[in-house]
Amino acid sequence: MDLAGALGEALRVGIGPQAAAYAVAAIGLNLHFGYTGLLNFGHVGFFLVGAYGAAITVDAGGSLWLGIGVGLLASVALALVLGVPTLRLRADYLAIVTIAVAEILRLVVRANAARPLTGGVFGIRAVAGSFYDLNPIPPGTYGALGLVFSHRSLWVIIAGWTLAGACTVVVWALVRSPWGRVLRAIREDEDAARSLGKNVFAYKLQSLVLGGALGALAGILLMINQQSVVPDTYLAVLTFYTYTVLILGGTGTTWGPIVGSIVFWFLTQLTESLLRQAVQSGSLGGLFDVQDLAALRFALVGLGLILLMVFRPQGIFGRRAELQLDAT
Amino acid sequence: MPPEPAVAETAAPRTGPGGLEEVAAEPGVAKPDPILVVDGVCRRFGGLVAVDVAHLEVQRGTICALIGPNGAGKTTLFNQLTGFDRPDAGRWTFDGQALERPSAHRSARAGMVRTFQLTKALSKMSVLDNIRLAAPGQRGERVLSGLAPWRWRSEEAAITERAGTLLERFGLAAMAGDYAGTLSGGQRKLLELARALMAEPRLLMLDEPMAGVNPALTQSLLGHITDLRDAGMTVLFVEHDMDVVMGISDWVVCMAEGSVIAEGPPAAVGNNERVVDAYLGTHRSAAAEEGEG
Repeated sequence: MDLAGALGEALRVGIGPQAAAYAVAAIGLNLHFGYTGLLNFGHVGFFLVGAYGAAITVDAGGSLWLGIGVGLLASVALALVLGVPTLRLRADYLAIVTIAVAEILRLVVRANAARPLTGGVFGIRAVAGSFYDLNPIPPGTYGALGLVFSHRSLWVIIAGWTLAGACTVVVWALVRSPWGRVLRAIREDEDAARSLGKNVFAYKLQSLVLGGALGALAGILLMINQQSVVPDTYLAVLTFYTYTVLILGGTGTTWGPIVGSIVFWFLTQLTESLLRQAVQSGSLGGLFDVQDLAALRFALVGLGLILLMVFRPQGIFGRRAELQLDAT
Repeated sequence: MPPEPAVAETAAPRTGPGGLEEVAAEPGVAKPDPILVVDGVCRRFGGLVAVDVAHLEVQRGTICALIGPNGAGKTTLFNQLTGFDRPDAGRWTFDGQALERPSAHRSARAGMVRTFQLTKALSKMSVLDNIRLAAPGQRGERVLSGLAPWRWRSEEAAITERAGTLLERFGLAAMAGDYAGTLSGGQRKLLELARALMAEPRLLMLDEPMAGVNPALTQSLLGHITDLRDAGMTVLFVEHDMDVVMGISDWVVCMAEGSVIAEGPPAAVGNNERVVDAYLGTHRSAAAEEGEG
């Protein structure tokens, strides 16, 4: 068994563009769920409007930068549509509405009627060329310690993690300010915040808009990485990957989303590589074949997460003392 | 009543209810210097009339107790006045300012700050942060200013100092850095009171401040509340413990089945026939119970 090869492959994915995108998404979700206590179960909807906003703009002849602006504006509009009717109500209404709207958005962009604009089920291709045109890295392959990246993926990785770092710093600065203190108060007890003169609805809406914009940035990053938007990649499971990343790293922590994302994608890839080797070498006794791998790896990752919740429920960076307060 | 304020001014050591000596003990009576005037507040839940208060005034600078049997509508009235629930009808003026169905945060900003029957400590925040949160009008609470620490740092330092003074006064200074969730029930009551004061209220509305508090702490809470009154604060509180009510109130309002049935100085309300009836049932059934017992 080639353990070194599997570890190298896992590390490649763990620090890859996809992990960076999920880190950005998890930072946004952390603002919603970790700091404000908003149950957003439709984060993938923000990925979708961000990516489609950018892709449609580029497809119509606009620049990618304009497209990113359009994607961000679309995410703000989505946050307002989701938040204005539900944020005055109990927390579960937001959860129901977000999960439904995310699914509705996917069905709308893949519909035949939307084809002239969104490309229907085929999506839109070749949308991020101008991003790669900016690549300052000379063509070739780069790497060390067995990790090899092309100049193109290295460029996406650098841009992605720079974005994740910048988002972390901005959110850190926000949540340590009095503004962040109000968010945490709302998470703990919104009636208490109201009784002290805080406009809870306005703060929740600000949190939803900001976190949603980060979701849109994550969607745009994924789109740049894949060079396309395809409707059926925006499934609800992406929201739950983001939750997994966030809980793994520690909700309500500064570095949780970044580290959670690296660990999550590292472990997912490691499991898949090892399973693939095992299946191919026949050491699983022909019980599984290669088609089962995708399902099997998530079963194992799921098992790992269950164990994490049992032994370290606060995640990597979380504080156990906070969790124990919930029991009282 | 022009002579009334003069009486209050000349009475240097406070001896009785501030300016209420000559006010008649009858429901809905007008007071010389009311901070809160409630008119026709009505709240129905289906067929049940939870609150139906025709007229009620709360005198400035006094401790006013709101009593009544369970289900009398005391907390519901609190919820209407503080914007936590919308009345079906009614209006009120607070300190001369008419409040038209205010939202909870507007009501608090106007100066009516309430506490809750079940304390709402913000568990996963430090005791100090619980207090600092309550400071009104913070620049750093606006999202863009939040990103610019230089815009709120000096303000935050002043708030922290004020919070420290309050923590000291309520004996919570040693726990400033602890999670509020680790405090005992009594300490949470103190924290909630300190937090409400941090919000700079002009009318402090306490919903059962003594519920579940041990006798020693009750004494200390009572001391805090009378100190506040002596410093000029108006306090309106709901309480079931009659010793507390009779001990510190300047004025007592009794509600039953949603309406104010009696009000007056503590002694007068304690002897009021309608109040006794409301608590014990009608004369006939009270007599019957005595006979059985």
